[in-house]
Amino acid sequence: MTTKRAPVDIVIVGLGWCGGIIAQQLAETGLKIVALERGPERAADAQDPEPHDELRFNIRNELMLDTTSETLTFRNHPGQTALPMRQLGSFMLGQGVGGAGVTWNGITQRWSEWDHAPRSAIIAEHGEAAIPEDMTVADWGVSYQELEPYYDRFEQTCATSGKAGNLRGRKIEGGNVFEGPRSNEYPLPPMEQTQSMVLFEQATKALGYHPFPQPASNASRAHTTPDGIQYGACTYCGFCDRSACQVNAKASPHFTVIPLAGRNPNFELRARCQVLKVNLDRGGERATGVTYRDPDGNEVEQPAELVILSAYGLHNVHLMLLSGIGRPYDPASNTGVVGRNYAYQVSGGATMFFDETTYLHPYMGSGGVGMAIDDFNAGNFDAAKAGFIGGGTIFNRQTGARPIDFHPTPSGTPAWGSAWKRAVIDSYQRVTGLNAPGSVMPYRQNYLDLDPTYTDAFGRPLLRMTFDFQPNEMRVANFQADRAVEIGRAMGAVRVERRVSQQPYSIIPYQTTHNTGGSIMGTDPTTSAVNRYLQVWDVPNVFVAGASVLPQNAGRAPTPPVAALAYWTAEAIRERYLKKPGPLVPV
Amino acid sequence: MQYLTLAETAFVEAAVDTLIPADEAGPGALELGVTNFVDRQMAGAHGQGARLYLKGPFPEATPQQGYQLPYTPAALLRAGIADADAWCQAAYNNPFAALEPTQRIAALTEIEAGRAQFATVPASAFFTLLLQLTKEGFFADPIHGGNRGKQAWQMIGFPGVGGSYADKIAPYRNKPCSVLPQGIEDIAR
Repeated sequence: MTTKRAPVDIVIVGLGWCGGIIAQQLAETGLKIVALERGPERAADAQDPEPHDELRFNIRNELMLDTTSETLTFRNHPGQTALPMRQLGSFMLGQGVGGAGVTWNGITQRWSEWDHAPRSAIIAEHGEAAIPEDMTVADWGVSYQELEPYYDRFEQTCATSGKAGNLRGRKIEGGNVFEGPRSNEYPLPPMEQTQSMVLFEQATKALGYHPFPQPASNASRAHTTPDGIQYGACTYCGFCDRSACQVNAKASPHFTVIPLAGRNPNFELRARCQVLKVNLDRGGERATGVTYRDPDGNEVEQPAELVILSAYGLHNVHLMLLSGIGRPYDPASNTGVVGRNYAYQVSGGATMFFDETTYLHPYMGSGGVGMAIDDFNAGNFDAAKAGFIGGGTIFNRQTGARPIDFHPTPSGTPAWGSAWKRAVIDSYQRVTGLNAPGSVMPYRQNYLDLDPTYTDAFGRPLLRMTFDFQPNEMRVANFQADRAVEIGRAMGAVRVERRVSQQPYSIIPYQTTHNTGGSIMGTDPTTSAVNRYLQVWDVPNVFVAGASVLPQNAGRAPTPPVAALAYWTAEAIRERYLKKPGPLVPV
Repeated sequence: MQYLTLAETAFVEAAVDTLIPADEAGPGALELGVTNFVDRQMAGAHGQGARLYLKGPFPEATPQQGYQLPYTPAALLRAGIADADAWCQAAYNNPFAALEPTQRIAALTEIEAGRAQFATVPASAFFTLLLQLTKEGFFADPIHGGNRGKQAWQMIGFPGVGGSYADKIAPYRNKPCSVLPQGIEDIAR
């Protein structure tokens, strides 16, 4: 039996960065807002009561989504049978108030001007013939310049630590000189660089590149934001990723935008409420609300005038497919919009072993501290000459060295026994890595739809992911790995080992939680699910926020553009949609 | 023991002692209590299949599709130990725990490579679980039953939890820095 609750103005599905930002921005209107979050509540005050514990949080993933509740099926290509992702591996799906914003690392590099309009950039640089027939690369419909104030707003909210490289068009050495023009410097100065980052900076400068401290939403000092959010100073304890910060130095929605929304009595948060579907009217052109499972297992209908989907990107797509919002993508005919342009990130890099006179203290670190170069990111070098479309950042990071996961040994070392043990002990203090997240373009054959066989705990079909790295992307990864090896040698490592993503793509080893696409934004309703304001073309009282709206993936982390777009869409809703509900872009 | 039988305990003790042996570099997994860790993990939520989607069907999988067996970790370990002991009995006339150290290394090498013929579960999947549990128990916080005395952390120089290094990065850049490891119980005091 389904209980029907009193209607509200706005229902928000999922309360991570996107849901939190939109909740904060819309709560000020006084409209009645209900936010539904599938996971538990999290106290906003600092001093997380749970001690850091690698086994519980990094290995057993206790703060992440439980696959027995919902998961997806996976295959490399349409000729295979997709099978369930029975445990988390390749990516970590967040849950709970704050979402993956609680457990992220805090890397906060804006995407470049190129990244917002890659199709136009490729055509301008190489001609349309350079785009392979199956590559469905697309411009966003929103330019970097339009989004700049919202990137700035996110950095202010996050107390991001960094150094500008392009302040209103003036290039500044020591910052990222390849970035788009910024209206403001970062709120906080860069983090303290470790020994490996000092070596990286020296080596990349000697090679003629332009190193800069990686912008990090790990506060380099205690700070209060213009909104009154209080940050503690980062202790470099080395337990950012997959864990909650114990001193509120790592920006997270649960102590920033969500409590700000909660100051308004018209905002209500309901935790442990799993939204099952969005309800549409008979014509399928208007959402009437959502149906969810409450913490006691009861099914509840929540009517609403406006529905915001801000779950993890993959789950936004899942809910759209389950609810009949937007036409599902058909790769054979290349028609339909929901599920298309699913992308991920490829990776090239190097592991460097130094001699016994080097002390790296790998355990002193944070999720975001790092030194990076953008010389080989898309648009910053001659990628066509290198033989591919795209590129990526190359960086050295020190995220902590929790030993169950981090105990690198030189290749050729046995996996166990005395020789393994000796190699772990010899290497631990003097090993570091270079990582290079590479862009992934979208392809017809990489997409999301519903699985015909497997179901979740609520009886719904699982989302089905069909994905593999394509030849262009492996060229990106190999190019990046070659550069990483050159840098590693210049850093003075005695042993440099080259790494590239496995192909075929595997769901098993952790790679990155940078899944993009599936409900992409654009200017054409036949090739995009949402318009430039993230409003569903076919159901204009539904907006979708999250990485699922990004038409392709870049060679850097997607949180900043996703969060900037959340501010952008919230403003469009507040200033335009609520005043005159209806399509914000004529069809 | 909460989960392991006497025979299984003997197997796990012999296996972890072979996978991470005591040697001149320091104590091994057996001395650091990894058998106890494995038992507690198998009796607990992880061993019993928490966070593991176990709905069927279970058809042939590609290597890229990950774990596709209809077993919880505890069930896989139990079946695998029985298979391994039966295989050792046939190959060496003894269960694994009764083998000489060189025979144990040879047996685990055959199991790791999947060349040992197991009756019920894939030998290499069993080995993957066994090795992962052994390394987890060796390096996890002592609160979980292994890494006794934080000795594994001391061996590699990992200072454990509760560290604060904001004022140590610059002064100790490329200089030795020894920190006495702390575990969860130390910082809770």
